[in-house]
Amino acid sequence: MITKATMAQMPLSLKLGMILTMMIATMAFVSLVWTPYAVDQLNIAGRLQPLFHAQHWLGTDHFGRDILSMVMVGAQVSIAVALVAVGIGMAFGVPLGLTAAALEGTRFDDVIMRGNDLAFAFPALVIAILITAILGPSALNAIIAIGIFNIPVFARVARGGALTQWRMDYILAARVAGKSKTRISIEHILPNISTLLIVQGSIQFSLGILAEAGLSYVGLGAQPPTPSWGRMLAESQTMISFAPHLAIVPGLAIIITVLGLNLMGDGLRDWLDPRLKRDQRRQG
Amino acid sequence: MLKFIINRMMTLAISLIVASLVIFAAIELIPGDPAAFMLGINAAPDTVAALRQELGLDGHPVARYLRWVAGMMTGDFGQSYTYQVPVVDLVMARLGISLPLTLMALVLTILIALPVGMMAASKRNKAADWGIMGVTQLGIAIPNFWFAMILVLVFAIQLQWFSAGGFPGWDNGLAAGLKALVLPAVALALPQASILARVMRSAMIDVLSQDYIRTARAKGLSEKQVLLRHGLRNAMIPVVTILGLQFSFLIAGAIIIENVFFLPGLGRLVFQAITQRDLIVVESVVMLLVFSVIIVTFLVDIAYAWIDPRLRQSRLNLGAFR
Repeated sequence: MITKATMAQMPLSLKLGMILTMMIATMAFVSLVWTPYAVDQLNIAGRLQPLFHAQHWLGTDHFGRDILSMVMVGAQVSIAVALVAVGIGMAFGVPLGLTAAALEGTRFDDVIMRGNDLAFAFPALVIAILITAILGPSALNAIIAIGIFNIPVFARVARGGALTQWRMDYILAARVAGKSKTRISIEHILPNISTLLIVQGSIQFSLGILAEAGLSYVGLGAQPPTPSWGRMLAESQTMISFAPHLAIVPGLAIIITVLGLNLMGDGLRDWLDPRLKRDQRRQG
Repeated sequence: MLKFIINRMMTLAISLIVASLVIFAAIELIPGDPAAFMLGINAAPDTVAALRQELGLDGHPVARYLRWVAGMMTGDFGQSYTYQVPVVDLVMARLGISLPLTLMALVLTILIALPVGMMAASKRNKAADWGIMGVTQLGIAIPNFWFAMILVLVFAIQLQWFSAGGFPGWDNGLAAGLKALVLPAVALALPQASILARVMRSAMIDVLSQDYIRTARAKGLSEKQVLLRHGLRNAMIPVVTILGLQFSFLIAGAIIIENVFFLPGLGRLVFQAITQRDLIVVESVVMLLVFSVIIVTFLVDIAYAWIDPRLRQSRLNLGAFR
């Protein structure tokens, strides 16, 4: 439980990041049950209303749809895509990294690491292009593309963290006690690298939000009529000279989400990594 | 060093082979017949059969893979189905925009990030440092294509300093061509410069706490000399590492940014090819993108082994900086 004392110890970036992230997450949750207007409700007569309009706080688009409602539902898509993609990355990457670390120096470790190097040559967008060329554009394919991109990242972080743990005395004790490498990896290594994984998770989450927006922008993500921030931006492009708010609002939603997650990641790392705290005290 | 280069070249060759296999297999995975896929559902069977033959789809996959790779090595990427011209001609024409754009963005990234990062490090924990850290944090969070749209709004629509999109062609003079690439390059460079500036800052802070910097100061060098002569050089190793990784983000980013500015580069080509189901073009462009990332990674590996001879002994853990 987070007590007052714990809150006081948290770095400012973590608090700020948490506030921003909670804001967006709440918006996404609320949109599951309520939005000011239905996102598929067209009102041509009331199209292109400006910001701070009495009925539509964030204005309306070229079909007269309420932008606030669309941004709220768009948050669902962005969060879902990025979150599942992080899940895919962790589910495949972490076991790979843990196994590679447990079998350090063997052929398996080498193959995993070389495979990782190779995977970095395929940016998420390139994977998405390949998948879309084959299966067609959809939010699911965007998830797969970003998820595949996340796998080598988590494998590398898990392996790096696990290698440090394997050199510790308590692992030696566990080995002397007769525990297998698999048991040690699951019971001891995994809990001890969880901080590392959570921090990396928040970074990949924010990268996932950006990637999803980019993919939707070029038409490789969620398809109409599902609202998505990236596609809202793409649709606003030809109208930017006379209705800039169509581009500014979804853009700000992306920035706030990514900024929140990045600040949270940075803050978590500073807060949870005692080594960093010690360094800060020494240098401060 | 020679042994290191040979070792790296072996890795390079294996990476290229595996990457080409992955891409070829992905296209092979298309459910059903690629020729029927490209022509759509209403195609007559004899048209599909003719395209199958034209694409050489009748042979064994292994034979087709080998023919594809051999073709690429001799500069023959096949024929575009939609444009009815050799893919290599299409790609080369589009590269004339995408490559200068990526390189301009890379140069801008370096020009912005290094001084900013160094300044933040030298003013550590002061207002300038806090300001720079705040701005770079924001810079990382801004999607480059959104920033591109804002640049269009401000500099093309409001101020009318640049055109909102399109490319005049290199035939109309170098200046006109470069001018059309300024806004796209700035949009592409901003997030990467923010990342690199932060890396530069922490690398510099690390270097500045070293004993040899104290010695340099003790022997009476000015702060500028300390930073430039001793600091910059030693901070370059992590910076070069990140810069190599950023190349792949710049390439991917360029593909998206080209869409904002309606630049007829590789990005436009590949998205049109996806819509038109021109698989040969998709396959070739993807291979080219992956190829360039692998080559840059190889060059970066060689570069820092040259900067720091200690690294020739061990493999660098790039992940630590990602």
